[in-house]
Amino acid sequence: MTRDIALGQFVPGKGIVHRTDPRVKILLLIAYITLIFCSFNFVSLGIITAAVVTVIALSGVSFKLYFKSLKVIIFIVIITSLLNMFYGTGEPIWQLGFLKLTMSGIYRAIFVTVRIILLILISSCLTFTTSPTDLTDAIERLMSPLKVFRVKVHEIAMMMTIALRFVPTLLEETDKIMAAQKARGADMESGGLIKKVKAMTPILIPLFVSAFRRAYDLATAMECRCYKGGEGRTRMKSLHIGKTDIIGIVFSALVLTGVVLCDVFILPII
Amino acid sequence: MSILEARNLSYTYGVGTPFEKAAVKNLSLSVNEGEVIGVIGHTGSGKSTFVQMLNGLIKPQSGQVFFDGVDIWSKPKEIRKIRFKIGMVFQYPEYQLFDETVYQDISFGPKNKGLPEKEIDRIVRKSAKFVGLSDRLLKQSPFDLSGGEKRRAAIAGVIAMDPDVLVLDEPTAGLDPKGRDLLLSQIMQYHRERKNTIFFVSHSMEDIARIADRVLVMNGGVLEMLDTPKKVFSQAEKLESMGLRVPQITKIMLALKDMGYDIDEGILTVEQAFVEIVSLLKKEGKI
Repeated sequence: MTRDIALGQFVPGKGIVHRTDPRVKILLLIAYITLIFCSFNFVSLGIITAAVVTVIALSGVSFKLYFKSLKVIIFIVIITSLLNMFYGTGEPIWQLGFLKLTMSGIYRAIFVTVRIILLILISSCLTFTTSPTDLTDAIERLMSPLKVFRVKVHEIAMMMTIALRFVPTLLEETDKIMAAQKARGADMESGGLIKKVKAMTPILIPLFVSAFRRAYDLATAMECRCYKGGEGRTRMKSLHIGKTDIIGIVFSALVLTGVVLCDVFILPII
Repeated sequence: MSILEARNLSYTYGVGTPFEKAAVKNLSLSVNEGEVIGVIGHTGSGKSTFVQMLNGLIKPQSGQVFFDGVDIWSKPKEIRKIRFKIGMVFQYPEYQLFDETVYQDISFGPKNKGLPEKEIDRIVRKSAKFVGLSDRLLKQSPFDLSGGEKRRAAIAGVIAMDPDVLVLDEPTAGLDPKGRDLLLSQIMQYHRERKNTIFFVSHSMEDIARIADRVLVMNGGVLEMLDTPKKVFSQAEKLESMGLRVPQITKIMLALKDMGYDIDEGILTVEQAFVEIVSLLKKEGKI
């Protein structure tokens, strides 16, 4: 059951998106997200949609996985688009009590739905194509200017790496403990909410105990290898901006210009 | 009479993903009441998957498991009842301890089974005695025990369900030699008194040779051999090709036989070897 989460999963590959420098990918992701929320008419929304579809097609990750990550947010999409539908202004097309359906409401709903879907698709694309270590590495580099303000950038990145590293381990551990308690006749399926919560104790306590044990072990192991924070540390794999990155940047710059031009010259719909 | 029967069991992990891997392929066997089955196999040979199918923790994708002649999955809602009859001790079971005291932890299984209070008390104390836990330890928190004591407490927690079949997945892994011998003899003592069926998964050929009535050899998810320890361990080369080995003493005796001495090839323990060598020397008139 714990294996079905697609959001935030890394899928190894060798495509152009995989090869792009993680720092570039993060910056481009931020640019795309800004664009998604800055497209106010159908033409600019169309351009950004086409761009996102191109990127996820190039990523070489199966569309099935993208659908899986969309499944998680389907409820949010439905609720927000319904709310938006009835929040428009202007002539109502259809009315039921205080609920007024307007043309602007429908446009709004369409925009919100498309925006959320694009948002999930493009951020999934980043996590699907970038390994957790690359990701934290890139975050550390991008945040390094903050060192001036005494932000412990290296420590934050290290904590993220460790947390991500232990997600699968703890999931596996949970499965194991669950199996062991089920073998002792633990009943986790039947009963009301309170009974179900109570039934979790035999799983949570051993899980916490083992998480602490792992943390101590890891701390000892790091100290044994003379880990003392980021000061003076060098990297085995240093990041370089290459040809693929330039292609990505140029492509995104074109999309950016397109969207901005459309926004300027075509009347906004919402 | 056969108490547990497996028919054409198969299980594949990650069906439909790039990580698809067949863990168990078309496995059939029948086990008699009171038998001790030693299970050996290389890491990843499907032993753990197989034993978890026996008590319904993993549902086989094809094939059936019969307990006392009844398919355990015939009523999926009552699969919990099967788990009280087929007890399962996992690898490193000490990590499943959770309750405030050892006593309460051992009583988790019998409580789930729905036994009356008095019966629970009796069976908890009895199980603790089987694995050699004193009354003083029963009152302590399981997290204050030593590694070996924790292991014992966890095993007692499964024995306390009074299962007809007990599956032990590497119960002696990570224990010191003394703790190993003690635990092994306690399990055998329990087996002699309770007369139930035991599956004993282990990487220690010496342990298997000492206690098993029959040895089940798994390789790549397939049941490779199922026979008496004597017959299985006489096929040293075949076992070694599967990444396993025979008990050290058996290896020595097989080497002696290769040198031309007239020795039985199914020697499994040092005691047997001693008797065999003495009788050989006597025959040759050397003593």
